[in-house]
Amino acid sequence: MIAVVSAGHGLALAAILFAIGFAGLLARRNLIVVLASIEIMLNAAGLAFVAAGARWGQADGQVMFFFILTVAAAEVSLGLALAISFRRYLRRLDVDRAERMKG
Amino acid sequence: MTFLFYVAAIVAVVATLLVVTRSNLVHALLYLIVSLTAVAVVFYTLGAPFVAALEVIIYAGAIMMLFVFAVILLDLRSDEAERVPARAWIGPAILGVILLVELTVAVASSHSGGPGTSVPAQRVGETLFGPYVIGVELASMLLLAALVGARHVADRRDEPEEPDAPGNGPPDEAAS
Amino acid sequence: MLSLLWLVPALPAAGFVILTLFNRHLSRRAAAVIGVGSIALSAYFALSAGLDFMVNPPAGHAYRQVLWTWFDVAGLRPQIAFYLDAMTVVFMLVITGVGLLIHLYSAEFMRDDAGFTRFFMYMNLFVAAMLVLVLADDLLLLYLGWEGVGLCSYLLISFWHTDPKNVYAGRKAFIVTRVGDTALVVGLFLLFTDLHTLQIQPLMAAAQQHWAAGSGVAAAAAALLLVGALGKSAQLPLQTWLPDAMAGPSPVSALIHAATMVTAGVYLIARTNVLFSLAPDVRFTVAVIGTLTLLYAGLSALAQHDIKRVLAYSTISQIGYMFLALGVAGWSVAIFHFMTHAFFKALLFLSAGVVIESLGGEHDIFRMGGLRRRLSLVFWTFLAGAASLSALPLVTAGFYSKDEIIATSLGSVDGGVWLWAGALAGAFITSVYAFRLVFIVFFGETHTEVTSRPGRRMTVPLVILGVLSLVGGFVWMPEWMGGFDPLARFLETALPTTAMTGEGTGGSAAEALTGMVLSLAGIALAWLFWMRRREATAAWAARPVVARTQRFLLNGWGFDWLYERAFVVPVKWFARVARDDLVEPVVTGIAWLNVRGWQTLSSSQNGRLRTYLAVAGVGFVAAVAFVMWGWQ
Repeated sequence: MIAVVSAGHGLALAAILFAIGFAGLLARRNLIVVLASIEIMLNAAGLAFVAAGARWGQADGQVMFFFILTVAAAEVSLGLALAISFRRYLRRLDVDRAERMKG
Repeated sequence: MTFLFYVAAIVAVVATLLVVTRSNLVHALLYLIVSLTAVAVVFYTLGAPFVAALEVIIYAGAIMMLFVFAVILLDLRSDEAERVPARAWIGPAILGVILLVELTVAVASSHSGGPGTSVPAQRVGETLFGPYVIGVELASMLLLAALVGARHVADRRDEPEEPDAPGNGPPDEAAS
Repeated sequence: MLSLLWLVPALPAAGFVILTLFNRHLSRRAAAVIGVGSIALSAYFALSAGLDFMVNPPAGHAYRQVLWTWFDVAGLRPQIAFYLDAMTVVFMLVITGVGLLIHLYSAEFMRDDAGFTRFFMYMNLFVAAMLVLVLADDLLLLYLGWEGVGLCSYLLISFWHTDPKNVYAGRKAFIVTRVGDTALVVGLFLLFTDLHTLQIQPLMAAAQQHWAAGSGVAAAAAALLLVGALGKSAQLPLQTWLPDAMAGPSPVSALIHAATMVTAGVYLIARTNVLFSLAPDVRFTVAVIGTLTLLYAGLSALAQHDIKRVLAYSTISQIGYMFLALGVAGWSVAIFHFMTHAFFKALLFLSAGVVIESLGGEHDIFRMGGLRRRLSLVFWTFLAGAASLSALPLVTAGFYSKDEIIATSLGSVDGGVWLWAGALAGAFITSVYAFRLVFIVFFGETHTEVTSRPGRRMTVPLVILGVLSLVGGFVWMPEWMGGFDPLARFLETALPTTAMTGEGTGGSAAEALTGMVLSLAGIALAWLFWMRRREATAAWAARPVVARTQRFLLNGWGFDWLYERAFVVPVKWFARVARDDLVEPVVTGIAWLNVRGWQTLSSSQNGRLRTYLAVAGVGFVAAVAFVMWGWQ
């Protein structure tokens, strides 16, 4: 077995990345960047899984990452399709423009 | 190995920060690719070479390519991304910090310290097609659904004509 | 037929309900049939019950019919029960009989009115309430009827509610009688607290047992009931509402403000006579108030020029006679006068209604005149009523009842010379104003032409009442005329006999002669002033002193002016000051809070994705914190 980094480090990194992605999600108005922030968060979550799997020496962590990856891929494709529609309806990719549900 | 981890971690964090702060859309996406690659390296240092490869191939490869193609197809230029005033970061930053603190405390107070073991790809494959084989099938269903759904959502055929609806800007010359 | 007693108040009540429910769907004819028919049926059953009672009197000369128990709370257990004795029979027959005639009259009088059905609705409700009042076995049930008649009085006074003056009059009536009603309720509280029952017969027995004669608590209870009676019967000092109540239609004035509701006070005092006898000072006050009121109202009537206001003051005055009789323990005598008064006063009001309508709505007597030939039937009936009012000797019912009162005021052990003198003076004044009215309205030159003539439905009640006003007194004739007094014998089974002093038992002929002379003298004086020498009278009336006196009398001796300044203005001021009281900001604050809350909540629905994300994010962070550390 190769000596690996302690999982705590991995989890800490995952936390940091997740927090950054979370902040970006709330702060940005561009739809693409919002989607990118979501990707960051998914990635961080996957990192946490992998770290946990490495800690206990089980493959389940990586398997979970695999599934998260799949979900991320599906979500991105739909999200970008939505972005295309969004742009068609509202002319810009500004999320704040989508306020038809006001009131 | 630890040194490699720290380097990759720092790169990842910096790149991610740059992703969320850049106003130029393409730059942000490129930084994202960098971040994802760095995370792949981190995976390797964690003894998970299989997912490291997956990360590079699928995440930083396919998914990011989707993003880039979307940017190209939508003909977005840097002027599409807005300038975020510093004032807008206050709230999200506070929330992010709180979240970070929570998670850090949670991590620190758990039993997750201690060295781990690397898990080779073969074991991953056995687990994946062993107990989790149903998940694999479902994943393929999911991808199919996403495929069909994306095709329909992005369909141009039943696009409504609403040039003067509220929330729309003035119709630009590249009206689709 | 006594067991059908409950139908007597129930039928008018049913008439009210039917008229209310089907108000818009009934034709005039149907409404009249229901309205008058319910009273007719009620009168029929009242008559049969009354005859049954008189021919086969039940044990103890009282009949009690219990319907059900109203409620049972903390020892108070009133029942819906009717109590029939001689006095109640008289009241019941008068209410249904005179009521029927007035309803019949109204069917024609109100025929052009848009609120025709509504009128009969209220009138039926009134008759039902009044019957409940006199038939009640329990003071609480009596109070129910009391309030009911007060409500109907208000509704009917302000019947033509599009004119604010009428509404004001109705309100004034309601508020002034309210003062009395409040005192009455406090009296009921006092009675119940001390004697633990409100059922009339047991209550009277308990009062006699537990309360010493002349004790403070008896006096307090009697005084409170008296104030209640003063309000309803428009005696001093609560008489200000009755003249203004003439704003209602004439049938209303006839039924409510002459024959029935205003006599409710008389009924109350007579019913609780035991209580008043236990408080002799209060009872004497009743007599004094009665005497003062009859003089006050008589003098005021002399100065009025609205035909109905003359009659209103006359009513106040005649009820003063009834109170005088009650005050000297002449219980039956008061009831006798109630009966005759109902006849002639209703007659006078109905006739006045015919006159007013025939002249196209003219109320001022100085713009009438010479109607003797043009409305001859009305003239004769009005004359009969005025004669009875003036107690024209021997041939009118009013003579017999008023004479009995005058005799009792002197002859009773509780009577006195001053009361007797007041009653005599009042009789004189009554003749003067009554015949002043007759001479000015029906004689002399015509100032307003007759534009319509009354129909059968209006004239038949007038004739019937006219006959009753003349012969109704023959049921109680004085000693010196033969002493044929079946009514007195009948009422004695329910009311205590009046203890008379030795001299002048039953009134000697000499004393009666004084009354007769004064009555005729009054008529003669009226004839002199207003027939023979009209111009001189008018000139005399124009003199400043006389004119000022007349104005003073016209305004009811300034009572309205006084009350306005003493009560109305301060209350209005206080209401203005207290408008922004403690409670108002609280209530307004709640409303304001609601509006702000709505505004805040609706602003959260701004439709922006990022806002929703932010909220979700905050929630997520909080949830994570809770999950990790928040289990306690």
